[in-house]
Amino acid sequence: MADSTLPIHGSLDLTPPREHESTWLETLHSWVVTVDHKKLGLMYMMMSIFFLLVAGAEVLCIRIQLAVPNNHFLSPQTFNRFFTMHGTTMVFLVGMPLVFAWANYIIPLQIGARDMAFPRLNAFSFWLTLFGGLLLYYSFIGGPGLYGTGSAPDVTWWAYAPLTAKAFSPGHATDYWALALIVTGFGTVGGGINILATVISMRCKGMTLMRMPLFSWVMFVDGAFVLIVITPLTAAQIMLLIDRYLGGHFFDTQAGGSATVWMHFFWIFGHPEVYVLVFPAFAIASEIIPVFSRKGIFGYPAMVAAVVGIAFVSLGVWAHHMFTVGMTSAGNAFFTLSTELVGIPTGIKIFNWLATMWGGKIRFATPMLFSTAFLFQFLCAGLTGIMLSVAPWNWQVHGSYFVIAHFHYVLVGAIVFMVFAGIYYWFPKATGRMMDEKLGKWHFWLFFIGFHLTFDIMHFVGFEGMPRWIYTYPADRGWEHLNMIISIGGLIQGIAVLIFAYNLFYSLFKGKIAGNDPWDAWTLEWATSSPPPVYNFATDPVVRSARPLWDLKHPENPDWKYD
Amino acid sequence: MLPKWLRVERIVRLAVFTALALSGHAFADGTQHTTSIFAPSSTPATEIYHLSMFVFEITGAIFVVVGGLLTFVIIRYRARSGDDESEPAQIYGSNQVELAWTVIPVLIVVVLFLTTARVIFAIQDAPKPAAALEVTSVGHQFWWEFRYPKQGIDAVNELHVPVSSTDHPTPTYIKLLSADVDHSFWVPELAGKIDLIPNHPNDVWIDPLRPGLYLGQCAQFCGVQHANMLLRVYVDTPEQFAAWAANQAKPGVQDPSVATGRHVFETQACMNCHTVQGTVATGRFGPDLTHLMSRDTLASGMIPNTRDNLRQWIRDPNTIKPGCLMPAMQLSEDQLDQVTNYLETLK
Repeated sequence: MADSTLPIHGSLDLTPPREHESTWLETLHSWVVTVDHKKLGLMYMMMSIFFLLVAGAEVLCIRIQLAVPNNHFLSPQTFNRFFTMHGTTMVFLVGMPLVFAWANYIIPLQIGARDMAFPRLNAFSFWLTLFGGLLLYYSFIGGPGLYGTGSAPDVTWWAYAPLTAKAFSPGHATDYWALALIVTGFGTVGGGINILATVISMRCKGMTLMRMPLFSWVMFVDGAFVLIVITPLTAAQIMLLIDRYLGGHFFDTQAGGSATVWMHFFWIFGHPEVYVLVFPAFAIASEIIPVFSRKGIFGYPAMVAAVVGIAFVSLGVWAHHMFTVGMTSAGNAFFTLSTELVGIPTGIKIFNWLATMWGGKIRFATPMLFSTAFLFQFLCAGLTGIMLSVAPWNWQVHGSYFVIAHFHYVLVGAIVFMVFAGIYYWFPKATGRMMDEKLGKWHFWLFFIGFHLTFDIMHFVGFEGMPRWIYTYPADRGWEHLNMIISIGGLIQGIAVLIFAYNLFYSLFKGKIAGNDPWDAWTLEWATSSPPPVYNFATDPVVRSARPLWDLKHPENPDWKYD
Repeated sequence: MLPKWLRVERIVRLAVFTALALSGHAFADGTQHTTSIFAPSSTPATEIYHLSMFVFEITGAIFVVVGGLLTFVIIRYRARSGDDESEPAQIYGSNQVELAWTVIPVLIVVVLFLTTARVIFAIQDAPKPAAALEVTSVGHQFWWEFRYPKQGIDAVNELHVPVSSTDHPTPTYIKLLSADVDHSFWVPELAGKIDLIPNHPNDVWIDPLRPGLYLGQCAQFCGVQHANMLLRVYVDTPEQFAAWAANQAKPGVQDPSVATGRHVFETQACMNCHTVQGTVATGRFGPDLTHLMSRDTLASGMIPNTRDNLRQWIRDPNTIKPGCLMPAMQLSEDQLDQVTNYLETLK
């Protein structure tokens, strides 16, 4: 592999390394006060991994409880808190920080910038997100002397009205849920603004929008998208708090409020939110699949159009989460159609990734293993999504384990798999060391097997009529053996994640030295040193195509000739 | 058309039966009640079943084609140890190919949408026949109330409906209301689920074609005991149904031998929440107990309706259904026996 520093203009770090070894207090201080996009990106990432472990532990308790019928491992109250916290944590404290982890670390490096457009806003956004998360978890302890303290939210992560009204949720658990997410929501908006401004105004010389690597393109769309998506949720949560404390009646059905208004607000946020979370997976796949297939991305303009198309169409599909709410038949038909339309740009993305691999020389290192599994699982998730879009069938499987299987195929099968792929791929850039390949393969295969044991079986138990959100089930329904398999699969995934966590620490100290460009890749981040200096590039780089390093490595056949 | 053995419908059935066999419940005995969405016994569920098989065929075909291509690419284009260091040919795209894999999905969407829309209208806008039975279901934390306005019946947790037939359709139209939070009415073999939402009345209809017991449960999270908000639908022959309805319409049995139990019931807080028709107990918060003994189960389908269970339930419902809204009334052992004796006369 090409290990030498490439003579790209401006990429060489000419300053000598710092002699002075800092104390741990100085190191800690430097992380707390930093406005550097790389450190903030890594902190977002560490926050995500921390909360991934927490939410993973919660769900393992849930799976122990459900492994056998009539189990008493968790009380119903604890079970309801755990699945509410699992969902809330995974979406808002794992998925959302991941968006900004990737965007922060990679975008400035990839577009040849020295930092994000608003470094201080960046730091502010991160700390809001982190403290929002801590506020949510403080609900387990609560303020002493208040009624209902020591209880976490237990109203599902949808928090459907009127279960969240004072009458049905006394105490403060629901307040923690709403307030904490309002706080992280503000952090998210700050992060979204920053991505937009950075991509629009910080690109290096020569990098027109259509020469921007696809990763940055997708994250750019994601940044714009979160600004639209997060606001309805924040608005609804403020209305909920007004209901609870200022005598409002937005969702208070006992005073004439509307439960369905909450549903609309929530899903106008909630459905596009899934795309907000999955876009980083698309972004990472669009980098890894070409590099490991040794071919440039197939159909770059189509890929850009598809992601913009998905963002637009997905703003008009929210009520497919509400087919059972009792809409008119015309309403049900409309949302069936709009939902199925999303499948078209999504299909285009899958076909283009496939065409990129077609005719290549595919190297199945760990990042590519995860990416290949992602393609397969994302295909399945799309197909079960089509099944769910069919309103009458949705009346059967909505709120069942089939739905759980479907969205975990997206959230785990697509997003978590690509997050692992991305970590294996960019870890050498961030730390200067390779992640251990053998542990990586163990991680991949165990996680892959555990994933399919758990989530493939969930489809069937859903077909057999098992609803979600139940803390126990009778023994006469024929669900117990399938649930045992699901739980075993969950345990295997847990072991795989522990191997991954061990690999992170092991490779951080003992990993093979990576060099600047271990994967023989083509985008600008691989032109600077590993880890990159604070200022990224000593002088501004200049590019002539979407693959500047390909142009340098292949002067006989550069991309810019076909631009 | 594919050969018959290759039809996706058959493959899906096979997969489902394999899964069922795996779970040790391959319909081994006739009394096993499934809650499978693939065992429809009523027109709405059957229509959905056929639609789902059609969608399986389309998505199955897409899966085979795209999954097959992916497998082919992985095997054919993997890097091999003998490869030279050269890069493969760089191909940047093709408008024709992009157009093809845009247009084909558009056509698939059109077919899927039209088929789906037909079933939506067929189920949701089906005209109500004059012979239809009308029931109003009210969801409570964590039990079901079934009112039969024309028959003057207030039943609980166990819904009785007459069997329907293609010659003489006697469907049941259920109006869905909620007394507190959102619930969802789901009996997979009879129909898809529809939510019970306060201030937002909904409807669902069923026309069960075979008598028997059908199981279901609440499918929208409604609080602590959502998991045990179970639902039983008894599909009766017309004679059975008429007999059941006639009994339910009567006031509560007045048996002088259990007067002490009745006295306890009516002087403690029991009567604040429960109704026994024909007595001073007219509470509306908990289930109507007028015909408690006509029900097979207690606690919304959780436990069989036996004397021991009933007594334990009155002693402290939270030992059976933790988080349910009925408090333990701190009755003495004698009072417990007396109240249980009284309730056992309410046939």
